[in-house]
Amino acid sequence: MRDNKATRLAFGAGSVILALALTSAIVAITGNDPFLAYKNILQGSVGSPNVAGNVIVSWVPLLLATSGLLFTFTVGLWNIGIEGQITLGAIFSVWAMRGLESAAVAPGLIIALSIIAGVAGGMLWALLAGALKTFGGVNEIFGGLGLNFVATALNLWLIFGPWKRPGVASMSGTLPFDPKLWMPTLSAQSRLAPIPLILAILTILIAFVLLKGTYFGLRLKAVGKNPKSAYLLGIPTWQHMMLSFAICGAFAGLAGAVQVTSVYHRLIPSISSGYGYTGLMVAMLVNYSPVFAAPVALFFAALNVGSIQLPIVLKLDSSLAGVIQGFLVLFVLIGNGARIRLLKKKEGRS
Amino acid sequence: MTGESLLFGLSGVLVSSAPILFGVIGETISERSGVTNLSMNGMILLSAMGGFAASLATGSLFLGFLSGAAIGALIALIVAFVSITLKQSQVAVGYVLTILCRDLAYFLGNPIMGMNGPRLNLLPLPGLSDIPIVGTLLFRHDILTYLSFLLIIVSWFYMERTKPGMMLKALGENPRAAYVRGANVNRLRYVYTIIGGAIAGLAGPIYSLSVKAGWKGTISGLDGIGWIILSITIFGGWTPFRAAVGAYFFSLLQWLGLVLQPLLPNVPSQVLQVAPFPLMILTLLLVNISSAEWVERSLSRLPESVRRDVAKVLMALNATPPAALGMPFDKDD
Repeated sequence: MRDNKATRLAFGAGSVILALALTSAIVAITGNDPFLAYKNILQGSVGSPNVAGNVIVSWVPLLLATSGLLFTFTVGLWNIGIEGQITLGAIFSVWAMRGLESAAVAPGLIIALSIIAGVAGGMLWALLAGALKTFGGVNEIFGGLGLNFVATALNLWLIFGPWKRPGVASMSGTLPFDPKLWMPTLSAQSRLAPIPLILAILTILIAFVLLKGTYFGLRLKAVGKNPKSAYLLGIPTWQHMMLSFAICGAFAGLAGAVQVTSVYHRLIPSISSGYGYTGLMVAMLVNYSPVFAAPVALFFAALNVGSIQLPIVLKLDSSLAGVIQGFLVLFVLIGNGARIRLLKKKEGRS
Repeated sequence: MTGESLLFGLSGVLVSSAPILFGVIGETISERSGVTNLSMNGMILLSAMGGFAASLATGSLFLGFLSGAAIGALIALIVAFVSITLKQSQVAVGYVLTILCRDLAYFLGNPIMGMNGPRLNLLPLPGLSDIPIVGTLLFRHDILTYLSFLLIIVSWFYMERTKPGMMLKALGENPRAAYVRGANVNRLRYVYTIIGGAIAGLAGPIYSLSVKAGWKGTISGLDGIGWIILSITIFGGWTPFRAAVGAYFFSLLQWLGLVLQPLLPNVPSQVLQVAPFPLMILTLLLVNISSAEWVERSLSRLPESVRRDVAKVLMALNATPPAALGMPFDKDD
């Protein structure tokens, strides 16, 4: 066995097959036909132009989150707090929108300012996790998770408190904005907005160029691989960590702002929809490299959208999408470890 | 509040601490050997669902708890295999498993959602439960709550007073020294990770068969508790007694939140419900801050008398993780 493309491909394919086999077994345990479930997911994701459009709509925030996470992963940080950063982005975006709604300026400008506010909100929340890590010694995983729960509470409090609908507050969220403040979509029926899509593609390109082609990316990598030697080489370590927190938070905030301005047009209780947590899975699956992030994020978005129909059609829980994703990432992780271990063994013998 | 309701409240705090204690002590054992099992949050959901399903199907509470422990052990085995044998990041495998287990729990638990199932009965200890005050507080619980008291003492005794316990600590502090003393480091790490996982796995059925009986899917109210458990493990400084203090303190605050809610009508219920999480950040800040560089610098600027007192407080709060936590061991390195 050699460490070449063919070996890597074989291990990758093996991981995918194992993940699918185990998922099928899980579906079979519940007394259902796994192939029927897969067929349903496929139909629910590419069966009609409408659902395919929904996949793209859900790809945008996922890709934004993943692009941001590539920065924090490169510098060696687990930014689990990204979920809350998306929520804060959404909250800030709604905040700006509420403040500017009745202002006598062009709607396009209001939408743009609302998005900028969202970016700032996400960045702020990320820097808070970063400050806890840098100046308080609080591991970013626990600090970030705590902040996620705080963000959720803040969101619920706003929806049921100060920003509640006139009359009665409800789980359906705040009052929708005036339709002229909605981000323009492809057509009246479609939820697909071209501007966020372009922004998302732009961020993954930015991530690719910065991480793969600049000294900045190289410095982040050095800090990620070995912070001590990076520091001795003269790279300001914590500043680079804070910077990648800020970049990731900005992208996450943008994702939240996109959800507010182009998808829901209001604040809803589950505004971050788990895109941050799924983004972490995507980043792990592509081994923290920007090259395959976009297609894998698209695949994960298709799984999520495709499984929405499962409870109605097959009485299966839509968390099946998460089960497939989880097994995929787990087996790719195992496959990577096994490949390296086998290669080392062979080296040892020869 | 009358004395009686206060007593019942405190007694309830001891009951709701039981699953947290099992989680925290299980994780402490695993981390002491050098392996962080980050899958806790998802694992508890899966073992809660699995334990409930098993005792629903068999009618046996014992099999329910056994399934919970088995699920915990199995997940821990995966963590051990990927991190010890395959030398992959413990954080990575733990994170994947916490997400995977959560979704598996929701997916597999869908058909039994909201069903009525068996529930653990109280087991007042004859004689002891009649003692005024203390009887109500300590001796009118279910068996798992009694076991949670025992668990603190037994795990402390094992770690601090026995030879294998010393070796367990050496695995996480200085695996090379343990190896030189003849320990098979990686095999022992497997053993302790799995034992820790099985103990923590009991937390799930303690919820679904007793403290929050039943399985209600996403509204079971269990999502998040695993992260609290992992933070209490840190707060506990990887020692059973301090961890127990953390667990009881946390449950006490949660109970106070419930009691105070009607008295504070202006504070929205969502805020009190998440109060544990800012608290979690704050405690982690307290136990870690003394190692931050700027704290050391500003301490050195203080006058000697003040500095000594401040440093003493910080040192008492400080919790240092096992030195080799998260690092794979290879005898050939």
